[in-house]
Amino acid sequence: MSSEQGDFITALLDPDLTVPAGLSDPDGRPAGRRFSVYRNNVAVSLTEALKAAFPVICKLVGDEFFEAMAGVYLRAHPPKTPVLMFYGVDMPEFLAGFEPVAHLGYLPDIARLEFALRQSYHAADATPIDPEVLQNLPTDQLMGSTLQLAHSARLLQSEWPICALWLANTNDDAPKVQMQAQDVLITRPEFDPQPMLLGTGAAAFVEALGKGRNFGDALKTAGKGFDLSAALAILLTGGVITKISKGADT
Amino acid sequence: MSYQVKTLAVAGAVAAAMTAYATTGVHAQAKEKCFGVSLAGKNDCAAGPGTTCAGTSKVDYQGNAWTLVPAGSCASTDLPKMADGTARMGSLEALERDIPA
Repeated sequence: MSSEQGDFITALLDPDLTVPAGLSDPDGRPAGRRFSVYRNNVAVSLTEALKAAFPVICKLVGDEFFEAMAGVYLRAHPPKTPVLMFYGVDMPEFLAGFEPVAHLGYLPDIARLEFALRQSYHAADATPIDPEVLQNLPTDQLMGSTLQLAHSARLLQSEWPICALWLANTNDDAPKVQMQAQDVLITRPEFDPQPMLLGTGAAAFVEALGKGRNFGDALKTAGKGFDLSAALAILLTGGVITKISKGADT
Repeated sequence: MSYQVKTLAVAGAVAAAMTAYATTGVHAQAKEKCFGVSLAGKNDCAAGPGTTCAGTSKVDYQGNAWTLVPAGSCASTDLPKMADGTARMGSLEALERDIPA
């Protein structure tokens, strides 16, 4: 990259800098105003991209605050690729260190949830199993089997009620948020990602399955208080299981 | 728990999950993918940025002095403290664990 290009990029993100040298309009005059328009459009476009990427964060802190905060973010973390669909990957860490929102400790995990929803949306398609395959598999064989999970499934564990907070800010009739740690499995049953609240032990169960542990081992990992039937219902209705590989009989 | 009992419990759980699945009425292939459509007024286009042409008629007001305070729904989100008075559970660590594909 030439030094002119470097100067151009630096000046794009810092309005206090002068217009880069060598820019002129068709009449040969310095193109200061034209550059300013372009510089403005870059910042506004990235701000709009962040608003589209983190609608719940935006709702939580308000439009005015979010837009001003986006201005700080986009200058600290400009896009690394021309593809904007995953722009904002550094938002959770940014929020964790951004002093004006330090009292809103749940924001980083909400940002993780919103980013994971986007990853889920753009993940490769996979055909879920016919649930009858699971039903017809003898339990002895099931215990030794491994389950392949859809690329669109994303697991998050939080010390905050992230699922309830997300629901409260996306649905008008959501229940009041209670303070509790929540585990979430994002499923994509019909092209639209859905955060599903997991019960006790279910995150450990799904994580073990995702790592290729067999069904019986995953069940042990889940521990006491785990509701297998509820967890399987989420996996089946979410179309999360894409393949069952039979293991040896146990 | 004996192995026999455990096997029965698993079989029962699979059967119960099948019932739950059958009664949700939401099954694959029930919907066709509809690009670029999201629920009106919910601002929830799951595709995220880069999928629309962002407007450029607005002005970016870069503010360096931080006088703003969050004023959205967080202000009205009353998050009760835990029974022991702490505001949250445990420490705040990075907790995302993606499932390895």
